[in-house]
Amino acid sequence: MRALPKPLVLAGFMTMLFLYVPVIILIGLSFNASAMGVTWKGFSIQWYEKLLADPSIMDATINSLIIAVLSTFFSLLLGLGLAIGMEKWRKGHASWMNILILLPLVIPEILMGVALLMVFVFLQVPLGFGSIVIGHMVFNLPLTVVILRARLRKFDPIWEDAARDLGASSWNVLTHITVPMLRPAIVGAALLSFTVSLDDFVVTFFVAGPGSTTLPLKVFSMIKTGLTPEVNALSAIMVVVSMACVGLSWLFQSQAYSFSIKHDSSS
Amino acid sequence: MSSILVLKDVVKTHGQVVAVNHVSLTIERGEFFSILGPSGSGKSTLLRVIAGLDIPDSGTITIQERIVNADPPHARPVNMVFQQYALFPHMTVFDNIAFGLKMQRQTQPCIRAAVEEMATLVRLEGKLQRFPEQLSGGEQQRVALGRALVNRPVVLLLDEPLAALDQQLRQDMQAELKHIQEEVNTTFVCVTHQQDEALLVSDRIGVMAAGKLLQVGTPQEIYEQPVSSTVAKFIGLSNSFSGMITRTKSGICWIEQEHFPLMMARCPKGLVAGPVFVVVRPEHIHISVDQPCNDYENTLSAVVHDVAYHGHEVFYYFCLANDSIWTARVPRAEVPTPSLVVGQSLFLQWAAHEGFALSD
Ligand SMILES: Nc1ncnc2c1ncn2[C@@H]1O[C@H](COP(=O)(O)OP(=O)(O)O)[C@@H](O)[C@H]1O
Ligand SMILES: [Mg+2]
Repeated sequence: MRALPKPLVLAGFMTMLFLYVPVIILIGLSFNASAMGVTWKGFSIQWYEKLLADPSIMDATINSLIIAVLSTFFSLLLGLGLAIGMEKWRKGHASWMNILILLPLVIPEILMGVALLMVFVFLQVPLGFGSIVIGHMVFNLPLTVVILRARLRKFDPIWEDAARDLGASSWNVLTHITVPMLRPAIVGAALLSFTVSLDDFVVTFFVAGPGSTTLPLKVFSMIKTGLTPEVNALSAIMVVVSMACVGLSWLFQSQAYSFSIKHDSSS
Repeated sequence: MSSILVLKDVVKTHGQVVAVNHVSLTIERGEFFSILGPSGSGKSTLLRVIAGLDIPDSGTITIQERIVNADPPHARPVNMVFQQYALFPHMTVFDNIAFGLKMQRQTQPCIRAAVEEMATLVRLEGKLQRFPEQLSGGEQQRVALGRALVNRPVVLLLDEPLAALDQQLRQDMQAELKHIQEEVNTTFVCVTHQQDEALLVSDRIGVMAAGKLLQVGTPQEIYEQPVSSTVAKFIGLSNSFSGMITRTKSGICWIEQEHFPLMMARCPKGLVAGPVFVVVRPEHIHISVDQPCNDYENTLSAVVHDVAYHGHEVFYYFCLANDSIWTARVPRAEVPTPSLVVGQSLFLQWAAHEGFALSD
């Protein structure tokens, strides 16, 4: 491989710096002993200790996790059916479905939040866990379908034929062939959905109700009373967890079959 | 004993293409039956229709006296070895072979015993924990074979099982396939586009072209009495020419061809006049170096074009007056002396009953 010219390397480095400096500063300050602003007064983990001791933050964390797990689970369930169906009947209505399914990803989130709120109020759906889970599915479902379909496109229908020929019913083909072969994409989609749900603020802000405060909402309400080091600590944790999830998701999707599902010999 | 597989008037279209065109076929228990035809002639589609993977437009499929048209693939007592093998990449060799038995909900010990027995038959012992991508082409082929056979199908369907293998491996596998078929005593229906493969291992052959089954018979019948010029051309290695019948008498006809003298050949009953296609097998061509001999009715002048040595035989290629190339196959012991040289002029001869005319 040819070495890149020095100015290009520098430009790339500066770009990465531009992207990550805020995050790095945030994480750094979360270990600052000082309670005030940006002056460094030595290393300390006191803010993390304080955070763990705060019951309202623990509640928000649990809420966030429950909502992320549920919206991921239902998105996967519906997304799997949708993706397989769209791939199988590609010649039929799939082309306009293709566009329709992607639309929620590009509609401004604030509009989506307002619209969802109006729908819930109109249908008299109580605001709370249910409404947030549904709200998150509006972006998690398209995300899941896109990832699963990318994988399905590489799927050779001859495997299904072979399985049917060897005595597998439609259900067995799904559970023994299609889903196991999609596993890297399923895990990847799940991790990504989980992260997006965990981090979502705008839609959640509109459709949340009493007792369903999520972590981003909690951070927002803490900021309203001033920028405390606890917020830094909480944000730092969220950043690390999110980045880990996205990294894992990417790893699963880019892995070869043999690598990711080798342990799957259930004999 | 009744026939194991009967197809009656089966038609299958893919959009505008008639992939299988009114095929009727009867296959007997324990047969090694080959379906021979050029690429695109509908062989794979025919197998898929038998397996239930494609639904025929019309016609009936009877397996062991039961009409299976309405049965889904997993309910039919046949199994298929796919052209591309279609091994499950996420399962070990063991799990690939065990798949059918698992679907039948057999017990673990039963499955293990059956898979191990099958691994011995298809020579995959010690490779059961590998994944398909860790195997050679020949080994993958044997996994595909074992995976189908372990279910003890009434009929095993093989779609060009040897096509993806290299020449040497193909010859070995060909013999092994026949050996395995005798061992398990199962009916094999094997699709191929290679005539030598079909002629060697089959009990009977069906020749297919453009969706139609043109002829069914033993390899010898197909080779010696092709019913049409298409079959003759496809069976290969034939010396042939087109001409017009001028006269027939007691099974022999006289044929006119613009570049040749009047020829005589065997002629089927119905053929009395009009265009014909005449075939002479390479082993029936006699070479006369100096002057034509009177024992043969037909004589053509020819020029030696090429010579090829194949083990016990020598193949001579000749250029004829109409610019076509003919082949003569001569056993080593009967090679003319002094040996023929390229460019040499001589005569090719054959008896009237050694050539045969087919409707063109
Ligand atoms: N799924 C399909 N859709 C459309 N046409 C097909 C399909 N499968 C096969 N065909 C057509 O049917 C004909 C027979 O194909 P096939 O059975 O695969 O032939 P073979 O196995 O002898 O090469 C070909 O013309 C092929 O293009
Ligand atoms: Mg084929």
